[in-house]
Amino acid sequence: MSQALEIPSRPAIDLFGALKSGALAAIVAFGLFSLLIGVRTDQGPTGALQIEPRLIALGVICAVAFVGGFARALLAGERLDFASYVPEQIKVAAAQVGRYFGLALLAFALIEPVIFYNNRYILDLGILVLTYVMLGWGLNIVVGLAGLLDLGYVAFYAVGAYSYALLATSFGWSFWICLPIAGFLAACWGVMLGFPVLRLRGDYLAIVTLAFGEIIRLVLLNWQSLTGGPNGVSGIPRPSFFGIPFADEENGFAATFGLEYSPTHRVVFLYYLILALALVTNWVTLRLRRLPIGRAWEALREDEIACRSLGINTTTTKLTAFAMGAMFGGIAGSFFATRQGFISPESFTFSESALVLAIVVLGGMGSQLGVAVAAFAMLGAFELFREFSQYRMLVFGLAMVLIMIWRPRGLVATRTPSVFLGKFKEVPAEAVAEARQ
Amino acid sequence: MEYFCQQLINGLALGSIYGLIAIGYTMVYGIVGMINFAHGDIFMVGAFIALIAFLGLVAIGVTAIPLALFLVLLIAMAISALYGQVVERIAYRPLRHSFRLAPLISAIGMSIILQNYVQVAQGARVKPLPPLIQGGYTLLESESFPVQVSNVQIIIVVTTVVLMAIFSWLVANTRLGRDMRACEQDLKMAALVGVDTDRTISLTFVVGAALAAVAGLMYLLYYGVIDFFIGFVAGVKAFTAAVLGGIGSLPGAMLGGLLIGLIETFWSAYFSIEYKDVAAFSVLVIVLIFLPTGILGRPEIEKV
Amino acid sequence: MSASADPILNVEHLSMHFGGLIAVDDLSFAAQRGHITALIGPNGAGKTTVFNCITGFYHPSVGMIRLAHADGTTYLLERLLDFRIAKLARVARTFQNIRLFAGMTVLENLLVAQHNPLMRASGLTVLGLLGLSVYRHAESAAIDKAKFWLDRVGLIRRADDPAGDLPYGEQRRVEIARAMCTDPVLLCLDEPAAGLNPRESAELNELLLGMRAEHKTSILLIEHDMSVVKIFDGTAADVRNDPKVIAAYLGVEDEEVEQVEAEVGL
Repeated sequence: MSQALEIPSRPAIDLFGALKSGALAAIVAFGLFSLLIGVRTDQGPTGALQIEPRLIALGVICAVAFVGGFARALLAGERLDFASYVPEQIKVAAAQVGRYFGLALLAFALIEPVIFYNNRYILDLGILVLTYVMLGWGLNIVVGLAGLLDLGYVAFYAVGAYSYALLATSFGWSFWICLPIAGFLAACWGVMLGFPVLRLRGDYLAIVTLAFGEIIRLVLLNWQSLTGGPNGVSGIPRPSFFGIPFADEENGFAATFGLEYSPTHRVVFLYYLILALALVTNWVTLRLRRLPIGRAWEALREDEIACRSLGINTTTTKLTAFAMGAMFGGIAGSFFATRQGFISPESFTFSESALVLAIVVLGGMGSQLGVAVAAFAMLGAFELFREFSQYRMLVFGLAMVLIMIWRPRGLVATRTPSVFLGKFKEVPAEAVAEARQ
Repeated sequence: MEYFCQQLINGLALGSIYGLIAIGYTMVYGIVGMINFAHGDIFMVGAFIALIAFLGLVAIGVTAIPLALFLVLLIAMAISALYGQVVERIAYRPLRHSFRLAPLISAIGMSIILQNYVQVAQGARVKPLPPLIQGGYTLLESESFPVQVSNVQIIIVVTTVVLMAIFSWLVANTRLGRDMRACEQDLKMAALVGVDTDRTISLTFVVGAALAAVAGLMYLLYYGVIDFFIGFVAGVKAFTAAVLGGIGSLPGAMLGGLLIGLIETFWSAYFSIEYKDVAAFSVLVIVLIFLPTGILGRPEIEKV
Repeated sequence: MSASADPILNVEHLSMHFGGLIAVDDLSFAAQRGHITALIGPNGAGKTTVFNCITGFYHPSVGMIRLAHADGTTYLLERLLDFRIAKLARVARTFQNIRLFAGMTVLENLLVAQHNPLMRASGLTVLGLLGLSVYRHAESAAIDKAKFWLDRVGLIRRADDPAGDLPYGEQRRVEIARAMCTDPVLLCLDEPAAGLNPRESAELNELLLGMRAEHKTSILLIEHDMSVVKIFDGTAADVRNDPKVIAAYLGVEDEEVEQVEAEVGL
């Protein structure tokens, strides 16, 4: 005779406990925000600081905290699994669409200028997004594939931009000559900066690269004779269509091709130029993944000691990753210089490095498509919130923290193996270990 | 000679401030093995809280400076400690077992949040405060360059020494200190023998934040002006100090702080003031390349 | 223990100090070519430390480690940088705590092992980038070799699975297969039978014996499990009853200390 199983009943909703949680949250919020939000300091007419209370703002925040704490306590027993609410058929359909998503995105990118030809704003936005996609793909080699924490990627961006700017303004060489030179110089910087520090572990490598980035920015800011200091370099020549200038002249682009002159021509050219550069970055990365060096990068990310035991020279492997990432960053920097016509150290702060790193981490796992989508999402969001420019960075920081807590592996949760014998299988993200020490 | 002595005094005062911040970095790195990127910004928040608390106290009538400063010290320490605790709970604890890059990214995000939160809440302009503590002593009379030590500098150094003494006593003689040392040696084992590791880690962040708040108040009194960005640069310099002195070592953090303060002051005095930050960052690079365990640190043996 | 002495590995007066701690104290031994040599001893005796010295992860404080190839080239392992020991001297190893590339497939793991010849064939990547056939041929040869070794350890059907998904015993075999893909002359195995059940241990024995017979690989292994150690001449009982072994594992009576020390030669 079997006894009936006793299934424990769901605990009654603990209203009092939730109220306590809410109250605690409100008290903590009050402690945190009472002075910094509740009081506002401003310089008065005499220059001395004056204070005025902002009790309403403080009250609102504490109320929000109360509600938040209350709700969280109520739902504490429930595991909020949103995925389980989505019907199975939709999930299957979404997975199938996912495979073609990359191609669709590429197609869209190719015809975007045609669709939005008259919308200068969208064209410029497209150029901006593609620049960051390229930067993301470049940093992806260092962080995503090789697992090296680089917080100073902006340094290579800056080296590329300034190299191009100085070469073009001092020697008057064309874009197509300066571009590879700038890339090469950036790669050299990558090797120089990387060589002494690549045996450092994780966080140390991160902060040392951060220091490098800042050093380069400060040198650019202060070495007035070379770099123009805070005034930067201006008058950088714009690119030409393989020699034909984009000007309203007889031998200009418009006249040569029988079109009516429009400044949009150059913008569209710039768009396709950055698209081409980004696609080259992507192609090189995908090929390198299937070559021994790419596999060595990924193996390095997994377990450096095992790599050494297999006879892999980890130092040169790391340096190659660094140099490749630096080169693409430098090329993107050159593009940036020629697009703007003017550069200054202000464009190369740590926030840029942080943004590109966020794009790579959010994209997930060394995935090219993930990085592209992440760049699009982040910059799109930035643009959408343009009116709230004060709050933009705040939301950005919040997004970084939330994404790390909620989905630390990034958008793309799987890794595609570079070679397979029989069946094609994707590796789930949790299986991919970060370097064992 | 007199110039040198003056710079020495200035460097020691500045170094004390860095040392207080460095302690927070070194303790956290020792226990959880992560660089608390947001720590420099806790220092900045502490400075702002001190400023606002002071203005508030004056507004409600507490005009005796020593009393006001004492109250400000307590308030700033308490509220910064709360910030430290909240940051740890929200941004780091959930990621303790995640992959290596996750807490770092979260810390960077937290740093950005803190900087921009203060910027939004208080405006981007600098906040000046008239010098509260005036006067000083002249140590060396000289026609060319009298060597003086100001009262502010004395207070900074004395406060730092007192705090260091209290803190060293805490680490060596109390239960909490013992728990901290145990967690630093071997977190898993500490948990297995019954140490409440979550609480110990939280308290580490809390104490570090409180010390950073003191540094913030000192900074406010010394320089008389703060803005939302002081945390970033001071943070990197203080981390440099922690590494220079030997990560995980408390006296190392203070020693490193003093050295960095001296290096920065002498560099500005004798070479160039524009590149003083470059000097500090370069020290970080040089130390990590040539002496990663720092002056007082223990060499680590790689376990294969 | 055969009569002809053709040592592949000669360790002389090896000592390893960590500050004040002496982990290895004046160790000397020779491993014969084509033989399986076992390093036994209780936990904490320093066996893995010896391995780390031989394979370049630690720099020995004192001592000489000489590796001699069949063609006469010798290498002083205490002077070679870590990865060069694997690359030039062709000494491969496995780890006590299995170090596979968990997120990569089994096949990819074995291809990473063949990194150096593949890099040469790809002309330091450049030729490979251009898609020249030189590299393609080299890559398919590498895949064939990987397939061979996977077959040999019986894991060919798992080639495309992420290495981290495999059960413990299979991961061990993948690690051995991966080490063999580097074509080593000396294979160092750190407790290969740890965590294996008796059936798996027996399969491991067969594998090692087969490798010695067919590929003439010399094997040096650290082991506790005497049933694995018995695979060379002598029986498990012989080893267990050897007084030196008993002294090392269990210690000796106070009265016997001097006698044992005299026997052992201290």
